[in-house]
Amino acid sequence: MSSTPVIGVLALQGDVREHCTALAAAGAAARPVRRPEELAAVDGLVLPGGESTTISKLAVLFGLLDPLRERIRSGLPVYGTCAGMILLADKILDPRSGQETLGGIDMIVRRNAFGRQNESFEAAVEVKGLADPVHGVFIRAPWVESVGAGAEVLAEHGGHIVAVRQGNALATSFHPELTGDHRLHGLFADLVRAAG
Amino acid sequence: MSSTLPHTTAETPQTGTARVKRGMAEQLKGGVIMDVVTPEQAKIAEDAGAVAVMALERVPADIRKDGGVARMSDPDMIEGIIGAVSIPVMAKSRIGHFVEAQVLQSLGVDYIDESEVLTPADEVNHSDKWAFTTPFVCGATNLGEALRRIAEGAAMIRSKGEAGTGNVVEAVRHLRQIKNEIGRLRALDNNELFAAAKELRAPYELVKEVAELGKLPVVLFSAGGVATPADAALMRQLGAEGVFVGSGIFKSGDPAKRAAAIVKATTFYDDPKIIAEASRDLGEAMVGINCDTLPEAERYANRGW
Repeated sequence: MSSTPVIGVLALQGDVREHCTALAAAGAAARPVRRPEELAAVDGLVLPGGESTTISKLAVLFGLLDPLRERIRSGLPVYGTCAGMILLADKILDPRSGQETLGGIDMIVRRNAFGRQNESFEAAVEVKGLADPVHGVFIRAPWVESVGAGAEVLAEHGGHIVAVRQGNALATSFHPELTGDHRLHGLFADLVRAAG
Repeated sequence: MSSTLPHTTAETPQTGTARVKRGMAEQLKGGVIMDVVTPEQAKIAEDAGAVAVMALERVPADIRKDGGVARMSDPDMIEGIIGAVSIPVMAKSRIGHFVEAQVLQSLGVDYIDESEVLTPADEVNHSDKWAFTTPFVCGATNLGEALRRIAEGAAMIRSKGEAGTGNVVEAVRHLRQIKNEIGRLRALDNNELFAAAKELRAPYELVKEVAELGKLPVVLFSAGGVATPADAALMRQLGAEGVFVGSGIFKSGDPAKRAAAIVKATTFYDDPKIIAEASRDLGEAMVGINCDTLPEAERYANRGW
């Protein structure tokens, strides 16, 4: 693959622009993805922060759910932040009725586990593979209750798992796209390059 | 969001920072926030794909009809709505009524709308929004007003529009005004920004930031008079990052269907085929009021300063 991978950002709802900016800074060509044909044209995909229930409903409505599941199953590199982490979980505790996940990481995620907006916080987080801590912005954030044998824990905060990787799939509870620190997007872009 | 906000280096987590307040609004982008007055309505909104609900005592169309003083909702109702849905819950306080805002924060709402739709409690001062952990959204009719609210701590701005009319004309006017004024700032040189700040009656630092970013430093939504999927898409095409819908949904013939249709049109705001599909067979829209027949005293957009 060329050194400029094309990375899509699922643009049904959420902080799409911030991810596009971070991906561009990490040396990727970023594209919003709202349709199956747009999904077919990317080398990697970011599932942004947003409302996981809304995003999954829109994915079903607009015929994206199955194409997304299929591409992820067949190894498309994906990175989910916050709501995106929820979408990548094989299992959600207490899902809303009709809430579908894409799956891809063998983990159980608890939605809004850190609390409501008044409990949203920022804190330094050590991430495996990065020399210095990242600045974690946690907004009504989920955490990972447990991971299966195939998934690697990359970071914890307060005794809870907040970053996970399994093969080509990466997920964080927090939002590096809101900080101007593009190292995690850089790591993901490398993953996309290696997969191509 | 601006990456110029200082990073906290503390090991202990910090809540209520500008970054988590503004960042919360970033997560709502591309979505629809719906006015609801009961837990049942909140569930309908959530099922239709709303990104958040706004809890209030009466929708604006009923506030207009009934008259009297409009206030914060009953805490029981707000707690009922919080318990009924998993999406964020916002609630309205009166302008300058910082005790209503304190109550809303204590109830655990996710965002407070210091709103001109309720009867103002202070005709000079808005609430000091920096004093709260809960973030605030405020209405604005122009850039100066938006920046004054941000200076007071607002973490999200919406056009005021003319709530409860089902008429989008004022929302269009306000959004165009804000975008035009931002465009004008972009064209000024540094010497001119001081006078621009004076004219806008807004802090120089914020004016300079807007001139550099070419946008507000917080998320900008549209509100006030959106009644149809095409209205929502119009506001998106004019530059709103998402929409609030008030009376337009639960004052219409088939709220669940209309709510879902507005959500679809907001996501695919630039695809007329999808907007057309979403606009079919929605039943009766809310009746609507012509804004030029509204007496000055009944124009909510004039409230707040």
